[in-house]
Amino acid sequence: MYQWLQTTGEGAITILAWVGRYAIFCGRALRDLMRPPYEGGELARQMYEIGWRSVPLIASSGFAIGVVLSMHTRASLERFGAEAMIPAGLAIALIRETGPLTAGLLMSGRVGAGIGAELGAMQVTEQIDALEASAVDSFKFLAVTRILACVLSLPLLTVVMDFAGMLGGFLAEHAITNMSFALYFTRAFSLVEFQDFIPATLKTAVFGFIIGSVASFLGFETRGGTEGVGQASTRSVVLASLFLIAGNVVLVRLIFFLFPVAPS
Amino acid sequence: MRPNGSAIRLEHVSKAFGALPVLRDVSFEVKPGQAFCILGRSGTGKSVTLKHIMGLLQPDAGRIFVENEEITRLTGAALGRVRQRMGFLFQNAALFDSITVGENVAFPMRRHTRLSDEEIHGRATRKLADVGLERDFEKMPADLSGGMRKRAGLARAMALDPSILLVDEPSAGLDPITSSEIDDLLLTRKRQGTTLVVVTHNIPSARTLADELMLLHEGRIAAQGTVAELEGSSHDLVRAFMRSESGG
Repeated sequence: MYQWLQTTGEGAITILAWVGRYAIFCGRALRDLMRPPYEGGELARQMYEIGWRSVPLIASSGFAIGVVLSMHTRASLERFGAEAMIPAGLAIALIRETGPLTAGLLMSGRVGAGIGAELGAMQVTEQIDALEASAVDSFKFLAVTRILACVLSLPLLTVVMDFAGMLGGFLAEHAITNMSFALYFTRAFSLVEFQDFIPATLKTAVFGFIIGSVASFLGFETRGGTEGVGQASTRSVVLASLFLIAGNVVLVRLIFFLFPVAPS
Repeated sequence: MRPNGSAIRLEHVSKAFGALPVLRDVSFEVKPGQAFCILGRSGTGKSVTLKHIMGLLQPDAGRIFVENEEITRLTGAALGRVRQRMGFLFQNAALFDSITVGENVAFPMRRHTRLSDEEIHGRATRKLADVGLERDFEKMPADLSGGMRKRAGLARAMALDPSILLVDEPSAGLDPITSSEIDDLLLTRKRQGTTLVVVTHNIPSARTLADELMLLHEGRIAAQGTVAELEGSSHDLVRAFMRSESGG
């Protein structure tokens, strides 16, 4: 019993210490976002790496999700003779939830792993110390730029995913019913409102902060050579995805609270 | 009290990682233009001492002065200004592996000078030429051998012509010829007036470079003095260390 209590207590303290260090890391990142120098060159490089180079993955995934969602929506709505609602149903599903969440999870896989491994490798090979020795604020140069690039990229990538999904949905529908592009999109946007698009898209900026901060934090905390780098990469994906899904629950609740007229 | 006339001064510095004490009440002074070698077996706190001097680690107790500025009190931009007066050659060179060798050397100049791209390229090429790597500007660090990486690291450490150069294990993992070449490069810097603090296991290298030696043992200073003084020491550990070729 005593052994169990001791093990549980030590585990709880380790987790609380981790949460505390992560909270301090996030607080420092938010503070340093506002302070010069702004490391514009490195931010642009990270926007390219994190944002632009994710476009093929996001667009192709969005397209495939659109096709699949269209097929499922048709299978459901056909039973009620409501095939005309397929474009609108797909648009609302994509824009309000599927697009933002899927974009977030895809990015936590691609970018979370990348940042965790890159910063982890820099940590164990003393490159982060070398940056500091070169009189460069390594936190600002490496962590803040990556977090900000994630925050700025995620909403844009979500728009790409939404559009690619709609396109996939249209092609799936066109293949079956020969529906025109204009009619499909007129019907698709007939029920979509401002409250559907803006909050759901902007919440992905929070997803971006979660992905960037978790991966950067784990990269900076890496110890123990190549094994540590591998662990940092894996944990970045797992924890960023978990935090993102948990954060999504809170954000959806918040959106419904702030926009009560939004149709559910 | 502000100490005068020293490039580096440590006063009663102690450091522990968790329950493990690494430095215990370490005090020493390095004069400007002097070459100071820190010797000791693995895990005795040599590299930790260097990282304290660069401000990469904070001591648990004690004070550290670099050119009369107490760096233990400095943070942010103020610490950055002191760091610009120092160069650091890491044990494994720690070159930034996402940019070329030339860009590694140019990096400190891009960050801390207002030179044009052309001037920076020219200066970085000259720094690489000083270490015999002028043809390797466009290579990636992964394409260099261990010795070449170390020389490139030295070129980067010298990029801003610092008055103090901190060198961690310059001969570790290198063959005797390459090791001797690195020693020659360090001697050249010393003759040009750069203060050197060199951590090494290599006794022949220390004999070549050092004006003064310090032997660390279990985080404490076991001995300090010139090569002749340490060779004449009655301390068994010091005599054993100075007699060895590799130093342990």
